[in-house]
Amino acid sequence: MASLKRIKLDVLKPHHPNSLDFSSTIADKSPGARIELTVAEVDEKTETVFIVIEGENLKYAAIVEAISEMGGSIHSIDRVEVESESD
Amino acid sequence: MFKQLAFLLEITRSRSLVRRYFVVNGFDGALTMLGIIMGFYVSDRANLPIIINSCFGAAVALGMSGLTSAYISETAEQKKELRELEQAMLKNLDGSAYGQATRLLPFLIAAVNGLSPLVISLIIILPIWAATLSLELPFDPLEFALMLALGILFLLGVFLGRTSGTNWLWAGLRTLFIATFTAGLIYLLAPS
Repeated sequence: MASLKRIKLDVLKPHHPNSLDFSSTIADKSPGARIELTVAEVDEKTETVFIVIEGENLKYAAIVEAISEMGGSIHSIDRVEVESESD
Repeated sequence: MFKQLAFLLEITRSRSLVRRYFVVNGFDGALTMLGIIMGFYVSDRANLPIIINSCFGAAVALGMSGLTSAYISETAEQKKELRELEQAMLKNLDGSAYGQATRLLPFLIAAVNGLSPLVISLIIILPIWAATLSLELPFDPLEFALMLALGILFLLGVFLGRTSGTNWLWAGLRTLFIATFTAGLIYLLAPS
């Protein structure tokens, strides 16, 4: 079974929680993960951010849940790295 | 539970709103009690049960008014903000923290808005209530209650001063002046 090592997401989020709290909450749901968030565009009530999450065996469902809980919406998965686990 | 509430207050930027409701309605409660007690003080001293019932009635009415008015207005405001955000996000946010905030925060804000004047009023009338139970007080019960009202109004000013980062003593003295001016006005204008 393949494990997720790295994923880049294009996310639309409200201004609050701010980028620091937003990425920290995702990190809390993905123990051991390293997260890089870049703000690409800021509108009146929303902002578009690129989130790169790296880690061993990341749980995509947990990441989606954390983002949705904070009112965010995943527009696309822009890049992904998976690794097959040896038997 | 408290951590989640703090998070909801943070994302909806409602922390300052709660603080404002606490101070504004607490100020209302304290000043109303000051006015009623001052009215009795300058008149022919009605008996204590009448005074306490009048104050208690006003305190409950202030509490209920704060509770219901804040709940109705905050429910409408929070729903409006959620719909606006949903339009911007092109997504239903009922299941998100924003949806949770829209359901929970009106209750919290209403509780603060209602309890603030009620609790402050009950503290102010405590000496009068104690006197009806024939407890020994160091001062006349009405004067004691008036001093408590002035003290609480001073503390509300101090709280505002600390919140705004200005001089707390000056902020406290300012609200104390407003309270003293109100009491003086009642004393001078009360029909003899």
